[in-house]
Amino acid sequence: MSLEPSDKYTDSALRVGERDTYPERLVGEFIGTVVANEWVNAEYKHMILAVHERALGAYAGQFFHLLCPSPDGAEVWMRRPMSIYRVDRAGSRLEFLYKCEGRGTRGMAMLGPGDEFNLAGPLGKGFRLEPGWKNIVVLGRGVGLATLAPLSQLAAEAGVGVTAILSARKPEVVMSRDLFAGLGARTEVVLDSDGTSAVDNVEAILERLIAEKRADAFFTCGSSRLLKLMQRIAKKHAIPGQVAIEQIMVCGFGACYVCVRTFEIDGVKTLKRVCRDGPVFNLQEAVGW
Amino acid sequence: MVDLSVRIGDITLQNPVTPASGAFSWEYNDVIDLNRLGGLVAKTICREPRLGNPTPRMAETEAGIIQSIGLPGKGIEYFIDHIVPEYAKFKPPLIVSVSSESIEDFAALARELSVPDVDVIEANISCPTRNSTGGNFAMHEDHTKKVIDAIRAATNKPLWVKLSPNAGDIVSIAQAAEEAGADALVIANTFLSLKIRTDNFRPALGNKFGGLVSPALKPIVLRMVYQVAKVVKIPVIGIGGVTKAEDVVEYMLAGASAVGIGYAGFRNPTALVTIIEDLEAWCDARGIKKVTELIGAIRDDDMETDTLVAASVGV
Ligand SMILES: Cc1cc2nc3c(=O)[nH]c(=O)nc-3n(C[C@H](O)[C@H](O)[C@H](O)COP(=O)(O)OP(=O)(O)OC[C@H]3O[C@@H](n4cnc5c(N)ncnc54)[C@H](O)[C@@H]3O)c2cc1C
Ligand SMILES: Cc1cc2nc3c(=O)[nH]c(=O)nc-3n(C[C@H](O)[C@H](O)[C@H](O)COP(=O)(O)O)c2cc1C
Ligand code: FES
Repeated sequence: MSLEPSDKYTDSALRVGERDTYPERLVGEFIGTVVANEWVNAEYKHMILAVHERALGAYAGQFFHLLCPSPDGAEVWMRRPMSIYRVDRAGSRLEFLYKCEGRGTRGMAMLGPGDEFNLAGPLGKGFRLEPGWKNIVVLGRGVGLATLAPLSQLAAEAGVGVTAILSARKPEVVMSRDLFAGLGARTEVVLDSDGTSAVDNVEAILERLIAEKRADAFFTCGSSRLLKLMQRIAKKHAIPGQVAIEQIMVCGFGACYVCVRTFEIDGVKTLKRVCRDGPVFNLQEAVGW
Repeated sequence: MVDLSVRIGDITLQNPVTPASGAFSWEYNDVIDLNRLGGLVAKTICREPRLGNPTPRMAETEAGIIQSIGLPGKGIEYFIDHIVPEYAKFKPPLIVSVSSESIEDFAALARELSVPDVDVIEANISCPTRNSTGGNFAMHEDHTKKVIDAIRAATNKPLWVKLSPNAGDIVSIAQAAEEAGADALVIANTFLSLKIRTDNFRPALGNKFGGLVSPALKPIVLRMVYQVAKVVKIPVIGIGGVTKAEDVVEYMLAGASAVGIGYAGFRNPTALVTIIEDLEAWCDARGIKKVTELIGAIRDDDMETDTLVAASVGV
């Protein structure tokens, strides 16, 4: 520790291989090292980070809170929440798939191999697979696919069959098809460019999967329209489901109540914290946004 | 090794580093050992269950964040039955922040919160998005005096009073609170602010106004702590922009006995523990035996006037 006055923010995050003074803690503040940070298409990048082993307890649907570097010299004040895209326990790596949008994600996009990146987590309650489920349906769009992707890893490990319906504007921006397929999922792509992403068509696909007994549970993320569709069909057929929700966050630990959203439980509207009570919630309790 | 303990009235804190109300909860025990903190400060509680303000509740600006949460919570009954026991699992004293829109109810709340596991009542009379007769009593001396008189009569627990940086003359307000029987002053809450989105001409926050939180405010709050500590006899707790051990030192030099930390814990969840460790090392490296030696130790009576020297001091 330097005893010189410093203008740096305090930082006692764990680097790769460093001695863990709080091994019993569930969560940590880590300094990962960027292994790769490549474009997957015109809008999205895929980051691979080498991290301390305590960070590897993360599971599908949980997130890390990322301290993004500045893209422009001015301060980026708050962390950015980002779902785990993949956990590589053997290689001690975490992966994120992210859309470069505002200042935080643009700053993140500037990182290259060897750079350090501060992340806190794993945070939140992720996806749960119940023992009776043999086949699940995953429906996602845009960044939602980044959140849903590790579910296919979880399902594959549990011997559960996955059908992934990937929705996108046009063929070039379909993401994660290879990741889902590589883990044995059946994938169906629906597009705005040829009209197949329309609600009627997605509804027909879901009905077909139910008829084929491939839908013991529904999972979704990333689109209010798809959420409402899944809720309606799940209700009709009494299919359980889960949805991952996004909201602006500050602390990520459940302390500040910045990240609340409205949920409806047995007809009563309540607020829940996305960071702590979620980000994965019961499909039927979510109120679209 | 330096003795980091400080006394705030009848309460001893094992070190001067506490979290700031609303920016902390027992859930941080997932990432840091709460037993290392000087105190545990709960989020401001109100009588009835409250949903809080509409979202978005936070927006970034060039120089910090503005936030308006609206004191959501499950009400005092739930708080006493379910949240106090969560904090009681840890050793540091529990400081319970409370707010109300009426003087009578404020006093009643303080009485009801005076249960064994609560060590200190912190009267949040400075929520920036409430008005001066409806909870933001710290905008006026006479409102401050009245509400603290009533709370003082209602509880024997140590009473800390959180003041507003938005008041015109914080020194008179601090004196009013002291006169009414406050055991310590917490300076300060957030600065009332506004951000307007240029894409749709709408306020960035669901509640329109919010409190500005930023390390840039530290020099302003430090000045307030200095001015207040000069004239009151009760301890002052400085809150605003602490992100490192030297900031704690600075607040103590200005006259604070302890500090509260919000933003730094958002930025680095491990910050509070790191700051405690750094403070210990900072004192040890200088042969400081008791951290209390720093309180009010600013040397402002034999000022050097060389402007070049003054300008070259690091942050
Ligand atoms: C649990 C969770 C998991 C997420 N996983 C992913 C992911 O895997 N891949 C991905 O690309 N995106 C993901 N997001 C969205 C991601 O957090 C935002 O895209 C990101 O915060 C935008 O930051 P920015 O600086 O680029 O944008 P700006 O618009 O400049 O951000 C301004 C503020 O708004 C917040 N914000 C903006 N959009 C969102 C949003 N959709 N959700 C939450 N906060 C937002 C930012 O964090 C920041 O505080 C996730 C969000 C949540 C809550
Ligand atoms: C998200 C958030 C919520 C807050 N809630 C409260 C609150 O409930 N009661 C209170 O007295 N202060 C509240 N504050 C103010 C802080 O306690 C503290 O005064 C302020 O953040 C300045 O300290 P900092 O610069 O270390 O963050 C809140 C601040 C933030 C950022
Ligand atoms: S981000 Fe603070 S409670 Fe969720």
